[in-house]
Amino acid sequence: METSIIIETIVKAIIVLAVFSALAGFTTYIERKILAFMQRRLGPMNVGPHGVLQLIADGTKLFCKEDFIPANAVKPIFKIAPIITAATAFIAMTAVPFFPEFEMFGYTVRPIIADVNVGVLFVMGVAGIGLYGPLLAGMSSANKWSLLGGARTAIQLLSYEVVSGLSILAPLMMVGSLSLIDINNYQAGGISDWLIWSQPLAFVLFVMAGFAETNRTPFDLLEHEAEIVAGYATEYSGMRWGMFFIGEYANLFTVCFLISLMFLGGFNDFYFIPGGLAIVLKVMFLIFFFLWTRASWPHIRPDQLMWLCWKILMPLAVINILITGFVMMF
Amino acid sequence: MSLQDLKERNVGTQEYMLVQEDDYPKTGWEEFKQVMKRSIKGELFGGLKITLKIMKEALFNNNMHTVQYPTEKLPISPRYRAVHKLLALLESGENRCIGCGLCEKICISKCIRMDTRIDENSRKEVLEYSINLGRCIFCGYCAEVCPELAIVHGGRYENASEQRAHFGLKEDFLTPLDELKNQQEYDGFGAISPNADERMKKTPLAY
Ligand code: SF4
Ligand code: SF4
Repeated sequence: METSIIIETIVKAIIVLAVFSALAGFTTYIERKILAFMQRRLGPMNVGPHGVLQLIADGTKLFCKEDFIPANAVKPIFKIAPIITAATAFIAMTAVPFFPEFEMFGYTVRPIIADVNVGVLFVMGVAGIGLYGPLLAGMSSANKWSLLGGARTAIQLLSYEVVSGLSILAPLMMVGSLSLIDINNYQAGGISDWLIWSQPLAFVLFVMAGFAETNRTPFDLLEHEAEIVAGYATEYSGMRWGMFFIGEYANLFTVCFLISLMFLGGFNDFYFIPGGLAIVLKVMFLIFFFLWTRASWPHIRPDQLMWLCWKILMPLAVINILITGFVMMF
Repeated sequence: MSLQDLKERNVGTQEYMLVQEDDYPKTGWEEFKQVMKRSIKGELFGGLKITLKIMKEALFNNNMHTVQYPTEKLPISPRYRAVHKLLALLESGENRCIGCGLCEKICISKCIRMDTRIDENSRKEVLEYSINLGRCIFCGYCAEVCPELAIVHGGRYENASEQRAHFGLKEDFLTPLDELKNQQEYDGFGAISPNADERMKKTPLAY
């Protein structure tokens, strides 16, 4: 039993790593295409049919580009920072159940690497460590824009970590478990059982915090090109830069899976759609939503971001917890 | 556009629009009210709707801006001053240029150079005609001054080349013989206007 578990875990880890690295690349293509359509452009067109091979071209370029380290940078930290981002993004995925269980060659496969009973806490915690990637990158680059980007990382990720933590507290109180599988099973009774109906405020808050934590556009202060060139990633090139982006897209997927698992019914069957497909559709819709907002909404200033977080979202989250607590008590 | 419009230089100023239509909040309560109003108004979702509509238009009604440049080119205005062209006589395929030298004289960046000689019929013949496109500022004076409508600005706007000389010689500018049937009377910069006949005033000798 022991060896089979170890082998299974290793295989699953490799599959997750391979699939999500590839997906991260593919999402860049999808993102460019969708953003292009939303701006009445065509997007990549020339490499391969409708530019699908652009991925390979971009990948080749990232791998072959000179690995540049600025003279005054703190070299070891500068080199490690992208690895932190990518690694934490993938480690966070260990506790995320991607699909329902299924049978393969008479062997029940559970598509989760480790079903720890504090799943949500683990994911949030590891994703929280992801903050060190951009922060250390910004501080070690010996570049003022990077430094500003690093400072913004601290204000943004730290404060929205608070909001995301508080906002999921209320649904967790209702479910009574931190395991993502339990949360999913809690919503097994069809669309009316989804937590989004009983916790709409928590849903909105968590989505907003998710935007900030994956630094997607309305909240991408860390690398806002118009203000700070490319923020923490200014000095990075080649695959080190690519690692930040693989990490960012992997985070995006994690957040989308978390939202679908916690609020949108997870991988339960949805009328005639089997659970595995249902969650893929939900995640795809959420990713489309992330791209959609990127094309539509303007950036906000750092002070607005902090104001929104500490004066609006956090009090709302606390009020939501209080109300949920009172409702559950009486 | 009438001459009046052309001379009215501050036409645009009459159409300025105020974007921030309401006053800035002064007290905390007003600020709170503004925040609430904006939160409830759902402006953000209005933005999302517009983007989706544009995407739908682009995908299904083919409302794209993209020009796939090397294979597809935007039509340019006939008055655009692009790379020069030397027009040929439709009958003989010969250059229309009579070698008067006006274009060489008027060129303000001195980039036209021509060699002429008197041929055996005592007519002026153009031997060399080159334009240094690296110096040309595309002002169009040469096209305007030419009495024969021999030099005009064509439609080719790609100036990239390995050497300036590649498209600076007479053979490159002159309409080739096999293309002659496609040569059109130029209606662009330097050409006579379509209603030139009506606008012509008789000289005193005609009376
Ligand atoms: S366009 Fe102007 S600068 Fe160019 S060749 Fe003609 S007169 Fe000279
Ligand atoms: S002005 Fe016209 S006719 Fe005279 S030399 Fe130049 S191109 Fe020839």
